[in-house]
Amino acid sequence: MKTETLEPGESIASGDNPGSSKEKKSSMSPVSDVLIIMPAFNEELNIGSVLEDIYKEAPGIPVLVINDGSGDKTAEIATKTGAEVITLPYNSGYGVALQTGFVYAHQRKIPIVIQMDSDGQHDARFIKTLIEEIRKPDTDVVIGSRFLGACEYKAGLLKRAGMLFFGAIASLIVGRKVTDPTSGFQAAKGKAIEFAASDFYPPDYPDADFIILLHRHGFKVKEIPVAMRPNAQNKTMHRGHKTLYYVFKMGLSIVVTLLRKKPESK
Amino acid sequence: MMPPKIKIIAILICVFLLSYVFELVRRKHLTEEYSLGWLVTGVSMLTLSIFEDLLKWISDLVGATLFTSTLFFFGLVFLMVICLHFSIRISALTNQVRRLTQHVAILDTEKENLRKALGDPSFEDVAPRRGKF
Repeated sequence: MKTETLEPGESIASGDNPGSSKEKKSSMSPVSDVLIIMPAFNEELNIGSVLEDIYKEAPGIPVLVINDGSGDKTAEIATKTGAEVITLPYNSGYGVALQTGFVYAHQRKIPIVIQMDSDGQHDARFIKTLIEEIRKPDTDVVIGSRFLGACEYKAGLLKRAGMLFFGAIASLIVGRKVTDPTSGFQAAKGKAIEFAASDFYPPDYPDADFIILLHRHGFKVKEIPVAMRPNAQNKTMHRGHKTLYYVFKMGLSIVVTLLRKKPESK
Repeated sequence: MMPPKIKIIAILICVFLLSYVFELVRRKHLTEEYSLGWLVTGVSMLTLSIFEDLLKWISDLVGATLFTSTLFFFGLVFLMVICLHFSIRISALTNQVRRLTQHVAILDTEKENLRKALGDPSFEDVAPRRGKF
């Protein structure tokens, strides 16, 4: 792992030609120790601009798009912009697609993984901030929270209530403020990547239960404020799941997570 | 006592179920693991249908007023156990399919990258390899 201090402005681009990200296939350059993973399902309208945004704001960092069995041109567009694309043979859901990225990163022994959504609600400018935070010692997972700082994010009343409720439970158990457990804008490093690639990972979508699980396995989870754009389709939160099922699943998952024997060390 | 009509129907159903399960196992359409639940169900129902005294004793034990309800009750319990067994197996299979999906997708991408690096003439530099034909 890199040890020299990195300025937030230039983070990983050191030694890399600044213009190289524009060139095709340059994104998998071995220079970077960071990988951005991005699940995408039928995002042909957004993914192009989202990826260009990342190349602009965080040059030199490779992007891995996990195409979750899209029926549109998502994979073609992502490949054209220079991202690596893994295509799942059929639509498997957000959590499975995301975990594919973690499995890949774990296989390649990539030290730092950033996860982002492909619908453009995550601001690429905060990638640097996340990398900066995750590089700090005693930090295994950094979650970009839209509720910590100044935010213009508006969610439905029920969604907000659910997020607040499970966030509060997670905060109570973790002993640290968890304001945005559903955030898909996160960073993980080292053992936390291996953990996310393991069978502990919630198969449908990671949420407050995974944060509690991380905490119980001794990982240090930290939240930082990020700005998010409200997305028009509004499908990220429960990712198509019914709110009632979400409440049931989260409640049960948290209870059984707590009932399991606490592991001695990570 | 149990009406003879019901007794005959119950025995016939049990005999049919048992022989059908045996036949399925013989043809390898059903694995031994899954046949167990059905065989236990069939044998128990058959035993209860044939030996009325046993049925009467169990009915008294569970407090059922009708023999037939005892049969239905145990039939239902066995079916519930079998369904739970299925749910457990389906969960395990789902997990395995998830792992397979992920690994196949990763391997496929790496294979294509290797083909490209080797300069395979049949390599096409467009991403979608599935979905549209």
